[in-house]
Amino acid sequence: MTTLVDIVLQGVLLGGLYALFAAGLSLIFGVMRLVNLAHGDLIVLAAFLMLALTRVLGLPLPVAALLCLPLMFAIGYALQRLVLDPVLGKDILPPLLTTFGLSIIIQNGLLEGFSADSQRLSGGGVETLSLPLGGGLAIGLMPLLTFLAAILVIVALNRLFYATALGRAFRAVSDDPEIARLMGIDNRRLFAVAMGLALSVCAVAAFFLGMRSNFDPTIGPARLLFAFEAVIIGGLGSLWGTLAGGVVLGVAQTAGAALNPEWQLLAGHLVFLAILVARPRGLFPRATD
Amino acid sequence: MALLEISALDAFYGDFQALFGASLRLDTGEALAVIGSNGAGKSTLLKALTGLLPARADAIRFDGAAIGGLPASEIMKRGIAMVPEGRRLFPSLSVEENLLIGGWGRTGTGHWSLESLYRLFPVLKERRHSPGTALSGGQQQMVAIGRALMSNPALLLCDEISLGLAPVVVRDIYGALPAIRAEGTAVVLVEQDIVQALAVCDRVICLQEGRVTLEGEPADLTRDAIQRAYFGR
Ligand SMILES: Nc1ncnc2c1ncn2[C@@H]1O[C@H](COP(=O)(O)OP(=O)(O)O)[C@@H](O)[C@H]1O
Ligand SMILES: [Mg+2]
Repeated sequence: MTTLVDIVLQGVLLGGLYALFAAGLSLIFGVMRLVNLAHGDLIVLAAFLMLALTRVLGLPLPVAALLCLPLMFAIGYALQRLVLDPVLGKDILPPLLTTFGLSIIIQNGLLEGFSADSQRLSGGGVETLSLPLGGGLAIGLMPLLTFLAAILVIVALNRLFYATALGRAFRAVSDDPEIARLMGIDNRRLFAVAMGLALSVCAVAAFFLGMRSNFDPTIGPARLLFAFEAVIIGGLGSLWGTLAGGVVLGVAQTAGAALNPEWQLLAGHLVFLAILVARPRGLFPRATD
Repeated sequence: MALLEISALDAFYGDFQALFGASLRLDTGEALAVIGSNGAGKSTLLKALTGLLPARADAIRFDGAAIGGLPASEIMKRGIAMVPEGRRLFPSLSVEENLLIGGWGRTGTGHWSLESLYRLFPVLKERRHSPGTALSGGQQQMVAIGRALMSNPALLLCDEISLGLAPVVVRDIYGALPAIRAEGTAVVLVEQDIVQALAVCDRVICLQEGRVTLEGEPADLTRDAIQRAYFGR
């Protein structure tokens, strides 16, 4: 019994990390119908950026992480304006190929700059702290903080989307870009802001990824896959759905790993496929689409 | 000075030419009806005017400036707002949000705001938290008109606002026109319903296969002349 509760608990918390991976992906798809294949690599890029800020400038990790928020925003804004805008159009293939190329460029750039060595963001011991819950159960401080951060990010993004003028414009552009232009909305600028926001969320994800596990320049695509699965399980267009998707994926993986450590990823993929078959539009699909 | 001057405007969809040297002028506060059968090029004219289709810069002059081919968002900021054909409300926005988004690029100085629009169309206030697309056709048309007015434009373009609506509803919608014009807003009214259009406009032009075939004041035009311009026979 205790084991079962423990599995669910750890799985739910792991889902927070996956929701953080997925939130930016979901945001970009929602606003501009772009599937960003470089999303995982951009998370890894943010992690290396934090590493570089701590190593080269000697900044404390929390400061480096906070600094990464505006830095990643700027990178996202520029990326959208300079690279992605020119290829966005009716045809969905050019942007897809562009982000695929971007993924390869980021991986190789990081290999060049940081070598293939495994890295870790060091929090000076916080990583190993855990809170005993009694009855033999305990949860790690980092997983708990990750989950709370995921909730915070989702609440903030939801407020942005549903309670601000900017969010209104995001939804309008997503509904009907042509008519949005008639409202004086400059789609291109708005897309750039959306990409900036998405990459800021990547920075949050990178912080927790780097604190909790080793990373190297090649792990981006696997993070992208988890993010995809979380988004699809949850249902496109709903951020709370994405959190639910992350939790389902996290619990499946943790349960799989408990049965046999080699089954962790397999169990996640199987549950993903099962849900895709049973509910092709995910658990919480958006009403209008 | 004319508020709007269109001269020798051509418009294309790829290789297909939809407008051939269209010209017209409109004074501040004036109401112009654009009539013509289905496919004549009426919507194309409005799309070129609002920047949704490319146009030669000096083919369109608004408020003294050449605005042809500017980005749609830029043209809107200069004071041209459109009620698009088929209403095209944003499905994921509520009625009120649809209205608010109309003022994103420009609020202008003028009469129109949420309050004054709710006075013009009281039913929208009751439904303001519903999704825009949950409303009846006539109410959706009111939202589309209100959305365009939120920018307090100098020129309001309406593309077939009576299309698909019951006659009583059309009467309600047209009933709002005097209040809109009273603010000094110029109006271009694209209509297939000729009687309706002639009744409320100062001048009329007729398009046929992408060309202006008739221009004049409603009182001066005979049924025959209109019929010939409209159908080409
Ligand atoms: N998006 C488009 N692509 C290609 N041709 C179009 C498009 N829209 C309209 N047309 C063509 O342009 C001509 C004028 O269309 P339109 O301006 O919509 O007519 P109206 O509004 O007067 O009914 C028609 O022959 C129509 O088939
Ligand atoms: Mg039309």
